[in-house]
Amino acid sequence: MNRVLHAEWTKVRTEPTARWLLPTIVVATVLVSLLAIAAASCEGGGCGLDPVALSLAGVQLGQAVVVMLAVLAIGGEQGTGLLRTTFTAAPRRMVVLAAKAVLTGGLTLAAGTVAVLGCVAAGRAILPGNGNGNGNAAPSLADGPTLRAVVGSVLYLVLIGLLALGVAAAIRDSAAAMGAVLALLYAVPLVAAAINDPELQRTLRRFAPMTAGLAVQATTDLDDLPIGPWAGLAVLAAWSGASLLLGALLLHHRDP
Amino acid sequence: MSDFGRLVRAEWTKFRTVRGWVLGTVAAALVTVLLGLFVASNSHSVCSKGTVDVECPTSPVGPDGQPVRDKFYFVHQPLAGDGAITVRVTSMTGLITYPPPDHDEIVPGLVEWAKAGVIVKDGTAEGSRYVALMVTAKHGVRMQHDFVHDTAGKPGAVSADAPRWLRLTRVGDTLTGEESADGASWTSVGTAQLAGTVEIGLFVTSPSDLTVHGGVGGGGFQARLAKATATFDSVGLTGTAPGGDWLRDDIGVEPNPDGTLHHPGSVEEAGGVMTVSGNGDIAPLTGESGPAIQLALIGLVIGLIVVIVVAALFITTELRRGVIGVTLLASPRRGRVLAAKAVVLGAVTFVAGTAAAALVIPLAWAALRSNGFRQPGVPLPTIARVALEAGLLVAGAALLALGLGALLRRGLAAVGIAVAVVVLPYLAAVVGGLPTAASEWLLRLTPAAAFAIQQVTPEYAHVLASYTPGSGYYPLPAWGGLAVMAGYAALALGLASARLRRSDA
Repeated sequence: MNRVLHAEWTKVRTEPTARWLLPTIVVATVLVSLLAIAAASCEGGGCGLDPVALSLAGVQLGQAVVVMLAVLAIGGEQGTGLLRTTFTAAPRRMVVLAAKAVLTGGLTLAAGTVAVLGCVAAGRAILPGNGNGNGNAAPSLADGPTLRAVVGSVLYLVLIGLLALGVAAAIRDSAAAMGAVLALLYAVPLVAAAINDPELQRTLRRFAPMTAGLAVQATTDLDDLPIGPWAGLAVLAAWSGASLLLGALLLHHRDP
Repeated sequence: MSDFGRLVRAEWTKFRTVRGWVLGTVAAALVTVLLGLFVASNSHSVCSKGTVDVECPTSPVGPDGQPVRDKFYFVHQPLAGDGAITVRVTSMTGLITYPPPDHDEIVPGLVEWAKAGVIVKDGTAEGSRYVALMVTAKHGVRMQHDFVHDTAGKPGAVSADAPRWLRLTRVGDTLTGEESADGASWTSVGTAQLAGTVEIGLFVTSPSDLTVHGGVGGGGFQARLAKATATFDSVGLTGTAPGGDWLRDDIGVEPNPDGTLHHPGSVEEAGGVMTVSGNGDIAPLTGESGPAIQLALIGLVIGLIVVIVVAALFITTELRRGVIGVTLLASPRRGRVLAAKAVVLGAVTFVAGTAAAALVIPLAWAALRSNGFRQPGVPLPTIARVALEAGLLVAGAALLALGLGALLRRGLAAVGIAVAVVVLPYLAAVVGGLPTAASEWLLRLTPAAAFAIQQVTPEYAHVLASYTPGSGYYPLPAWGGLAVMAGYAALALGLASARLRRSDA
């Protein structure tokens, strides 16, 4: 395992796209959070929004870059046929997939932590100034729910990365895998916002990976959430697990 | 066959023989139709009176077939031929029920488009034609006719110190509106046409007091009942039967379940002074069909992701496998190979997008109507226009992804970037809960501007409403949005063509 892990690490280190994807995760996440915070003035109807979830809004874009990183981890080799070489060198395919999962998870954990802390810093710097005195408090890591939202957001990004890795292992084409994961993530929030049947809306949001997983970011109005914060993250974890399992099965039984 | 014609034919053969690309295109159309139907059949409109659920009322329809609001208090007499009405408006006051921030009391005040004045109307049926000259709370004197037409007179509000004279004269079929500060020197405001026997008289109405929230999940807004009261004196009427009685009609008022009227208007007459109160509006309805088109086309957003994948693969598969070397050997002018691919891909995705939209709009509409929605149907030309423009939107996104694929040579990066600039800005603007101004900038600057094709009801300067992307109103016109998308696609294809010419395949 260590040897395979080391080999995978060398691949990522020397892959130019992966090298600039990591800073892109941080920049995209923090940038969108900054824009969301700056736009949330009282005149714009931003008063009384959950200050923590608002500060972490950038995760909704950052996850797309995480998906790209994860798909690249396996899709890059599948597209060029290099995966055959990899499997010749390391015939235990599950170990290869596990190494890729550990590496994708680890890199996302690192980039995600920097990104999420950047979002919190942005929230602390800007939010108290644009609430017109009665609106938004600054998020503080000393506060229990805020800490849960911050740690949860990093875990959310890691789980999204694993979900994407599993799909990419199953679909084999990186462009198609990218499209499939993005459609899976963004379709339900869109559809749920469009229908006006509150029961169905709640059900959809409870079981979809993005809406359930992002429940972990909420610190106000917890009773209105479609699903509890940790339970939501567990739903996403189930998606990621199922996706990795499917990817592993197909990888095992199919010629690369 | 011309050289380029052969190239196009070769690309078409490639496209139709790769099963994944054909299936992907069909899947994109299916996703569009099925998601639209799913959303429409799970959306219900329920109207209630008090605690009783009732069938939702159908809105009256104006002279051009558009849904309108036609609710006001009307004091009138019949007029067969030529004639005129002259009044002096000496005051305009009102009440707004439970406004923010505390929502706990009824306060005096007028909403900006509260209206009082003189009107000539083709009968008392809701939606019938009219010509009106009025003072408004914040927009001065206006002459309006047939709901959508609005001409401004002099600005300024009415008070006892600054009364306003209004005169509406009919000669033949032509009505002329004039205003005056003293009843002696008159200024013309505008003219309009209305033939036949009409009702001529005074009216007062007031739209609801609105608060628009920044585009949260389809543009939420709150409306609070507002009432206006105006005092008229020096009423002069010519052309009507001498000594005729004033008729009173509360146009558009709804009965409560117990038989009383829901917020009725009123008139009091004492010594030639008439005090009229009313609420409602005489205006086109806004946001009635816009969101429904948006609802029907919701699947297009996800269908676009599939189209983007197919478009990116259409070029990157060849680039990566080295087949492009053979293609370029067969046709050494490289820019033209990309152009041939663009022609084939553009045509295929345009057809798929148009067909999917043309199918889903009427189907979703039928589902919405059977679920209690009571908008009038979309006219066939509008469906055709939106469907063709949806085809252009899909083709534009496909060409942008093709350009990105040729430029970056990686399907993954092309798909990621294309989705990030086409789909995500739209999601952020419409369901992301952004403030309206931020949403509108996203829909001006990014290729997502092309989603403006979904707007079918115009924005009216004389009607205050929730004009947000969430309710189907876009900052650019449809052609403008499509032009923004086309610009990005052309840029990507241009850069890609330059790169293809310069570098090895």
